[in-house]
Amino acid sequence: MAATLPASHYDANEMPRSDPRGRPPERRRAIPWADTLFSVLAHSAAILTLLLLLGIIVSLIVGAAPAIREYGLSFLWRSEWDPVKDQYGGLVMIYGTLATSLIALLIAVPVSFGIALFLTELSPGWLRRPLGVAIELLAAVPSIVYGMWGLLVFSPVLSRFVQQPLQAAFKTTPLLKDLVSGPPVGLGILSAGIILAIMIIPFIAAVMRDVFEVTPPLLKESGYGLGSTTWEVVFKVVLPYTKTGVIGGIMLGLGRALGETMAVTFVIGNSNQLNSASLFEAANSITSALANEFAEAADGLHQASLIYLGLVLFFITFVVLALSKLLLASLKKGEGTRA
Amino acid sequence: MNLALIRSSVVAGLAVLASTAFAQEVTGAGATFPAPLYAKWADAYNKATGARINYQSVGSGAGLKQIRAKTVDFGASDMPLHDDELAKDGLVQFPTVIGGVVPVVNIAGIKPGQIKLTGALLGDIYLGKITKWSDPALVKLNPGVPLPDDAISVVRRADGSGTTFIFTNYLSKLNPDWKSKVGEGTAVSWPTGAGGKGNEGVSSYVQRLPNSIGYVEYAYAKQNKMSHVLLKNQAGNFVAPDDANFKAAAAGADWSKTFYQVLTDQAGKDAWPLTGATFIMMHKAQDKPAQAMHTLKFFEWAYVNGDKMAGELEYVALPEAVKNLVRKQWAEIKDGAGKTVAYK
Amino acid sequence: MSTTALTTSRIAKHRRRKTVNAIALTLSMAAMAFGLFWLSWILIETVRLGVGGLSWATFTEMTPPPHSDTGGLANAIFGSMAMVGLATLVGTPIGVLAGIYLAEYGQKGWLGSATRFINDILLSAPSIVIGLFIYATVVARAKSYSGFAGVLALALIVIPVVIRTTENMLSLIPNALREAAYALGTPKWKVILTITLKAARAGVMTGVLLAFARIAGETAPLLFTALNNQFWSADLTRPMASLPATIFKFAMDLDEGWRKLAWAGVFLITMGVLALNILARVVFRNKH
Repeated sequence: MAATLPASHYDANEMPRSDPRGRPPERRRAIPWADTLFSVLAHSAAILTLLLLLGIIVSLIVGAAPAIREYGLSFLWRSEWDPVKDQYGGLVMIYGTLATSLIALLIAVPVSFGIALFLTELSPGWLRRPLGVAIELLAAVPSIVYGMWGLLVFSPVLSRFVQQPLQAAFKTTPLLKDLVSGPPVGLGILSAGIILAIMIIPFIAAVMRDVFEVTPPLLKESGYGLGSTTWEVVFKVVLPYTKTGVIGGIMLGLGRALGETMAVTFVIGNSNQLNSASLFEAANSITSALANEFAEAADGLHQASLIYLGLVLFFITFVVLALSKLLLASLKKGEGTRA
Repeated sequence: MNLALIRSSVVAGLAVLASTAFAQEVTGAGATFPAPLYAKWADAYNKATGARINYQSVGSGAGLKQIRAKTVDFGASDMPLHDDELAKDGLVQFPTVIGGVVPVVNIAGIKPGQIKLTGALLGDIYLGKITKWSDPALVKLNPGVPLPDDAISVVRRADGSGTTFIFTNYLSKLNPDWKSKVGEGTAVSWPTGAGGKGNEGVSSYVQRLPNSIGYVEYAYAKQNKMSHVLLKNQAGNFVAPDDANFKAAAAGADWSKTFYQVLTDQAGKDAWPLTGATFIMMHKAQDKPAQAMHTLKFFEWAYVNGDKMAGELEYVALPEAVKNLVRKQWAEIKDGAGKTVAYK
Repeated sequence: MSTTALTTSRIAKHRRRKTVNAIALTLSMAAMAFGLFWLSWILIETVRLGVGGLSWATFTEMTPPPHSDTGGLANAIFGSMAMVGLATLVGTPIGVLAGIYLAEYGQKGWLGSATRFINDILLSAPSIVIGLFIYATVVARAKSYSGFAGVLALALIVIPVVIRTTENMLSLIPNALREAAYALGTPKWKVILTITLKAARAGVMTGVLLAFARIAGETAPLLFTALNNQFWSADLTRPMASLPATIFKFAMDLDEGWRKLAWAGVFLITMGVLALNILARVVFRNKH
C-alpha cells in the first residue's frame, strides 16, 4: 500500500548509508552456511573420538577372539605360558601389573601427601613456587629415562643396599622370608614398584597440592582458632574437604602406573613363571610381556593371548576410572548434607 | 596464528619429506645372532653403493612373523624352517654365515675357559635342578677350580630367539629331562631365570649380575670380553669356542638336498657343539620385485665382499660351494609374471 | 577430678598433640626431600652421562653399527621431530574441534557426556595398546612399517590431551564475553573462533605444548608402528628412526659407544621435554 505510506527515498535505492534517519541497511549474512559447517565439524570431531575408542575395543576383541574362544575367563587365573606347547594363561602378568602398581601406590601416596602438605603449609613463600615447579618437572621426564636409569644406576644400588640386607635380616622370619627370597640382583617386582612410585609421585603430589591450595582459608582458620596444630588442621579439616580431588589424583597415578611400559620392562626381569611370592624374583607385567613378545608372536593363539592381555589391561584401567568417578559422585552427594 | 606462516612451513616440511623418497631402501628384520655382522655389512654396502639395507634385530621369532605378514622385505632367523613349512608359507630360505652360541659366566675369580660343562649339566642348571655353583656334579667336572658356594643366577632370552632355538635344541639332544619338560623352539617356557631382550640384553644382565650364567652369540661374548666355558662335544673333547671349531662343526653338513641344517652336537674332534647357521627368508612370489632385486643384490655383494668382515667378528663364512647352491636357489624367486628376479 | 589433675592431664594431652604435630611435619619435610632427592639423582645422572656422549657428531652422523668409533643420532633426532611434529599437527585440529564441541555445543545431551567419558578412558589408555591398534589396522593392512603409522599412533595420544585442556580452558571463559558478541549479531562460529578461542588461546597452546612434550618421550607405540631405521630416512612410508626406539635398542647393549649414544639421546629428550614444559608455563603465566 504504497499510497498510505509517506513517500520514501529508500525505494529508489539511492539512500547513502550514513543517513541517521534511515533504518539499517539490509545486510545479508556473509557466509550463511558457515555456522552449519562449523557445527558439523565440531560434532564430527566428537563422534570421531567416540569411534576411535570403539575401534580400539573392537580391534582388540577381534584380535583376542581365538584366545577368548579357547580359554574364556579361565585365562585370568591360568599361570602357564608356554609358546612351545601353545598353552597360555595370564595370571603371571596380571599379578605382576597389579603387584607393581600396588607397591607403587603404597610408596607414592604417603610421600605425595607429605610433599603436598609441605608445599601448602610448611614451605616459606619464596620456596613454594620453585619447589612446586621442580616436582612438576619430575612428571615431565619421559618414562624411558626412568627405565634406563632404573636398570643402569638404581638396581645395583637397590641390590647392595636394600635387597641383600633385607635378605640377611629376614632369613629366619617365617612369612617375610618368602617375600625377600630370590636373587637379590635389583630386578623384579620390588624394583619395578619403586621406580613406578617415583614416576607417579609428581602426578599425585601436583593434584593434591592443587586441591589443598583451594581449600577456603576460613575453614583452616576456624581450626586454628580452636587451637588445633597444623597437622590436625590438615588431617581433620583439609583432607576431608578435598577428598574428592585427592582420590582423583590417586586414581590418576594408579592409571599411569598400570599402563606404564618402558619403566617396567627394563627392570622387571621378564620371566613368565610364578614360582614364589618373592618380590625379588624376576616377574612380568602385562605391558612388558606385550613389549617383548608381540613383535614375534605368530598369528595364532600366542598373538591372540597377548592381545587378550592388552584387553584385560584396558579393562582394568577402565574399572579404575569408573570406580573413581563413582567414588567422586557418591562423595559429592554426601557433601553439604552434614551440618 | 599467522596462517601464511603455517602454510609455508607445511609446504617446506612436505618438500623435505618428498625429496628423500627416492633413495633405495630395503627393510629386513629378525635374528640378533647375526645383527652385528649385518649392520656392518649394511654400513659398508651403503658406503659402496648408496643403497640402504635397514636391518632391525627384533629376534628370530619376530623376523619369521614379519616376513610371513609381508611387512618386511626379508626375514632373518637362526631357526631354519622345515621344507614343508617353507612350502606352506611360500618362502625360500638360505644361510648367510655360521656362528657359535657360547655359554658365558660371570663369577669372581674365574677366567675365560676355566669352567668345563656338559650339555646334560647345562640342561640341569637351566631346569633349576642345579642351583649352586658348588654343586657336587659341577665340582667333579672341574677339580681345582674355585667355584663359590653361591646361587646360580640364570639368564636367558625374554624374546623369541633363534639363538634360543640353537641352545634348546642342543639341550634337548643331551638332556632327556629338558626334552620332555621344556623342549626346543625360539621361545620356550623357561623353568627359571631372568629374561634379557636380545643377545645384547642377555650379555648385559650376565655382566651385571654376579654368579650368573647366560648364552650369547660368540661375537657378543668376544666383543664384550665375557668369560666363556668349555663344552664337551660328541667326540668327548672339551673344546673352546672359536671360528676354527665352528668350521669343524659345519664341515659335516650336507647342504645340497636342503638348507635345513641344524649344526648342534656335530661329530668331529674339534667341533663346537653349539654351532649354528643363520638364515634369510624371502617370499618365492614377489609382490615387490624391485625390493627383492635390491635384497639379492645386497646378499650377493655380501657373499663376494663380506667374508673378511665376517671373520673379524668371529663368524664363519660359507664355503663357495654352498654359496653357489644358494645362488641356484635364488633363481626360484620370481615376480608376479613368473620371471626370475635378476640380481646381477 | 581435682583441678591440678585435670591441668596435668590437659598439659600431657597438649604435649602429645604437639609431638604428633612435630612428627608429622618432620615426615612431611622428609617426603619433600625424598621427592627432590630422586629428581636430582635422575637429572644429575642423565646430565652427567648424557653430556659426556654429546658432541658435534651426535647431531650430524647416523646411528652406527655396534663397536664402531663414530656415529651419532642425526636420523633418530630428525625422525622423532618429524613424527612428533606431524602427530601434533594432525591431532591438534581434531582435539581442538572436539574440545570446542564439548564446551560450546555439548554441555547437555548424550553425545557430550559420552565424549567426555570416552575421552577420560582414552586419556588413561596404556600407550602400548594404542600401538597394537595401529599395528592391526595400519601396519598389517599396508604390509609395511611406516612413519605414517607412527604418526597416527602418536596422534591418538595427542587428541585426548588436547580435548581435555581445550574444554577446560574454554569453559573458564565467562559467558558474558560470548553474550556480548551474540548481542552484536556475530554468528556462532565466529564467536567461537574469534572471541572465545582467542581469549583461551594461551591455555589451549599450553595443552598442545604439553601433548607435544608427552609424545616426545613415548616409546611403546613406536615399537610396532615405525619400527626403527639405521639410516637417514625422510620417507614416511618406510620405517623411520626415532630417539626413544633407538635408546631402547642401544641402552641394553654392552657396547660402550652405543651406551654413550643412548645416554646422549636420553639427555636430549629430557632437556627438550623440560624446556617445552617451562616454555608452556612461561607462556601461560604471561597471559594471566
